[in-house]
Amino acid sequence: MSAHSQALGSTSLRPRPRPAFSFRRWTEREGVFSWLMVIPPALFLVALVGYPFVYGIWLSLEERPVAKPGVFIGLSNFISLVHDPVFWQVAQNTFVYTISATVLKMIGGLGLALVLNQDFKFKNIIRAVMLLPFIVPTVLSTIAWMWILDPSFSVVNWFLVRWGIANPGPSWLGNPKLAMFSLIMVNTWRGLPFYAITLLAGLQTISPELYEAATIDGASTFARFRYITAPLLKPVVFIVTMFSVIFTFSDFQLVYVLTRGGPANATHLFATYAFDVAMSGGQFGLGAAIALSMLPPLALLIAGMAWYMRSEKT
Amino acid sequence: MIVEKKGWRARGLKLWLPLGFFMIFNLFPFYWMAVTSVKPNSELYSRKIMPLIVYHPTLEHYVNLLSETDFLTWTYNTMLVAVVSTAISLVFGVMLAYPLARMRFAGAALISFAIAATYLVPQPLLFIPLADIINRLGLGDTLTSVILTYPTLLVPFCAWLLMGYFKSVPHELEDAARIDGATRLQTMFRIFLPLCTPGFISAGIFAFTLAQNEFLYALIFLTKTDVRTVPVGAIAELVRGDVFYWGQLMAAALLGCIPVAIIYSFFVEHYVAGLTSGGVKA
Repeated sequence: MSAHSQALGSTSLRPRPRPAFSFRRWTEREGVFSWLMVIPPALFLVALVGYPFVYGIWLSLEERPVAKPGVFIGLSNFISLVHDPVFWQVAQNTFVYTISATVLKMIGGLGLALVLNQDFKFKNIIRAVMLLPFIVPTVLSTIAWMWILDPSFSVVNWFLVRWGIANPGPSWLGNPKLAMFSLIMVNTWRGLPFYAITLLAGLQTISPELYEAATIDGASTFARFRYITAPLLKPVVFIVTMFSVIFTFSDFQLVYVLTRGGPANATHLFATYAFDVAMSGGQFGLGAAIALSMLPPLALLIAGMAWYMRSEKT
Repeated sequence: MIVEKKGWRARGLKLWLPLGFFMIFNLFPFYWMAVTSVKPNSELYSRKIMPLIVYHPTLEHYVNLLSETDFLTWTYNTMLVAVVSTAISLVFGVMLAYPLARMRFAGAALISFAIAATYLVPQPLLFIPLADIINRLGLGDTLTSVILTYPTLLVPFCAWLLMGYFKSVPHELEDAARIDGATRLQTMFRIFLPLCTPGFISAGIFAFTLAQNEFLYALIFLTKTDVRTVPVGAIAELVRGDVFYWGQLMAAALLGCIPVAIIYSFFVEHYVAGLTSGGVKA
């Protein structure tokens, strides 16, 4: 000990002696501390997101019945999908579903945001209550819709019959076109409050002085919307839309609960079709291939979003 | 404020008419759940009487739901899973967000890009390989399977939301603590994190509602009654064969919505703030 301190003392003439390595001091370094913090959650995500993702790609290249070892078959799963008419119908369904529901949510959400942005009594309570469809568990609210659209006891049909509009009422979930329409409506119902609240927050960042100045200059309500609200709201609309597109595109719950993809595959989306093939049909490889084919269109969308956000920043 | 020249008629057209429409559209399903759950079967399955009104309200569906099915077990499972996975996600979220928001280190850009990418990976892309992995780990039909996998959905989200919040906190207090000789860990726990309680509340509520809402993993991993969560239990067991017990289904749906609605009503301001920062800044 004393020899050690003497040795230190003899070198003390040197400018700034390098201190002995200390673990504590090492962990206090910014970079080291940061990485020590980041590594455990990062490993967790690599293990349960990164690894399954890569494993999914591997599965898609295998012929693999449940609980049996797989056989590598290259791109055969994808080739058989290209020749599968149901797959193309699923792709078409997914696009119709995503685009229609997103457009409806955008228009409805903007409308609701503009309504809620006005001053009225009980504003806070009404705003809060309007969010309910978005916060309650989707499956449970979808069960309510299933009953609203029930083939025999639909409340909608009760009124249609009562008012003499249709008798008997339409089969909301049994007719291919109507089933898709119903799903789009329910998805809109669920997602609209998210749009509305986000756009409302966007609206509230717009300075009222802009509107006052425009009003003084004689701008009409429409002109104020067109030249003030619309351009200032554009970035928010864009980002919400991207989110909505991603989650609508990969929707599963609504379809699974309401139609299970029927009638005659008219409402199958990528996610439900992959589920059917993998879980009910037991073909893990083919199912993984279906799920993976969601990726190219989604990757394009995400790239678009990243590109847009970057160009907005500068 | 803009001076409104037109009177109540314009206001009715611009405000009350659309507001009424949205109120009915957004809230009717909840009304319908509540009404259906207290109707006796004779009224439920009659096409003659006016469906919007209950003539002889009854609690039989609730009694049957609670006594004949495992609804209470499912509720307990749902709560347990949601609480534990939210806690895990908040801890991991802080571990990612604190360095990313407050420090400079090599690789930070890569990590934050990876988090954003993970957030956007849709669940249906992963469920097939995950099902296989969970089976091989022997975790099928255990709550551990969902407690492990839900944070994969929640962590990126919590990290992103907390990062936004952390960045808004001024640096002075931390600097002072560091000058006084506090270690980085002490600074973080004693000084910084207590300042961020509102951020934790919004991230926590969000994670909790997402965990309660999750369906796909629960559907695949949990196939036995005693480990099911409310959404899966309701779909898989209240529909017996082709027979729908609508009264019980609606009672279950309403009861399942209530916990989220109560939590949310206490923290609605935080929720909205979180939603907008998550949606707009993310």
